[in-house]
Amino acid sequence: MSAERPILRSGATLALIAALCTALIAATFQVTAERIAANEKALLEQSLLPVLDGVFYDSALGDSRLVIPPPHALPGNDAAVIYRVYAGQQAAAALFAVTARDGFSGAIRILVGVDVAGKVTGIRILEHRETPGLGDKIDVTRSNWVYQFDGRSIGDPVFSGWAIRGDGGEFDQLTGASVTPRAVIKAMRDTLIYFDAHRAEIFSLPATEEGQ
Amino acid sequence: MTSGGLIERLQHGLWRDNPGLVQLLGLCPLLAVTTTLVNGLGLGVATLMVLTLSNGLVSATRRWIQQEIRIPIYVLIIASLVTCIELIFKAWFPSLDRSLGIFIPLIVTNCAIVARAEVFASRNAIGASLADGISMGSGFALLLMAIGAFRELVGHASILSGLDMITGGEPFNGLALADNGLLLAILPPGAFFSLALAVAAKNVLDRKRLASRKADMPRRMHQSGNAQT
Repeated sequence: MSAERPILRSGATLALIAALCTALIAATFQVTAERIAANEKALLEQSLLPVLDGVFYDSALGDSRLVIPPPHALPGNDAAVIYRVYAGQQAAAALFAVTARDGFSGAIRILVGVDVAGKVTGIRILEHRETPGLGDKIDVTRSNWVYQFDGRSIGDPVFSGWAIRGDGGEFDQLTGASVTPRAVIKAMRDTLIYFDAHRAEIFSLPATEEGQ
Repeated sequence: MTSGGLIERLQHGLWRDNPGLVQLLGLCPLLAVTTTLVNGLGLGVATLMVLTLSNGLVSATRRWIQQEIRIPIYVLIIASLVTCIELIFKAWFPSLDRSLGIFIPLIVTNCAIVARAEVFASRNAIGASLADGISMGSGFALLLMAIGAFRELVGHASILSGLDMITGGEPFNGLALADNGLLLAILPPGAFFSLALAVAAKNVLDRKRLASRKADMPRRMHQSGNAQT
């Protein structure tokens, strides 16, 4: 009997401390939850806005989210996310969050905006781990490289033109880095082809429920 | 180790027992996030807060904690505090939180924190433990900032980029001093070089001080007139 006592006491102490710690976290969560949710919503809108240049729309950004589970023809082998924006009942543009897996180091997450006519309204790199000083020029804070796609579409240039100049394409390369721009351009091309083939269903499918 | 006053604790934390420079603890975040001064400041302040609060809590509960379960309890306390700090960063410094990424939750694994709980806070009164947390935390934070500033200056040839993550407002790319920096400093090997330089600099300074004290000693003894050996 006497041997069990310290164990019981230790267990009780641990349980008490665990309860206190849980209470501390719960209280902090209560205080911060509202601000964190607001921050996340603002961040999403802020990240979507730059690829909607020149698009007229009146629907709330981020409300019409469509998740396309794999397998799909979009870049990347995980679920692709599409945000749709509308002007009244009319489709205005679709924003694709896709992943290029063939970058120099790790996945490159790209946001591509395409208006209803199939023209690129902007692209931004959401996340990458390309080499600082070389491949990281795909990031808009480092260079203007991503702007050259604005207004392009899958017919402009034609399929073979969607490559860097060194490969016979129409787009600028980056000094010292060719793997990175190749990956981004290929992802853009495949996104535009997908948009072209699935335009009607992209805008008519119901929004995917939150938490999926 | 004695509890001592705040001044003595600060001397230990900032210089003599600096967690990063001398004890070489918490190197993973130290090497990973110090690409800019602001990143170093962010993680440094977060670590400082966790270390001070965990020292305080460990010291406050030290009389009720049995020896054999003390480590799981330290882990519980530290993990809870880190979760709270992470929530606070997400709520008030969202872009800094994104910039530091996984290294905020990874403060849990910073062995400097559990080391201070075990070595100091579990054996000393609350006041001294808080002072120790502040001193050690500041020592770690200042080292993060120094290495961050050094790598940013050498690597990007700019300073204070990302200051908007703390102050809010427009994105700030830093005060540029030149067009191009030495890329190596921002890459992972640059972190090791920078830390090595910092440790070497500290050792050189310490040795110089020791040498000048030794040089002074015989003279002083002679003056006071009671030299023994």
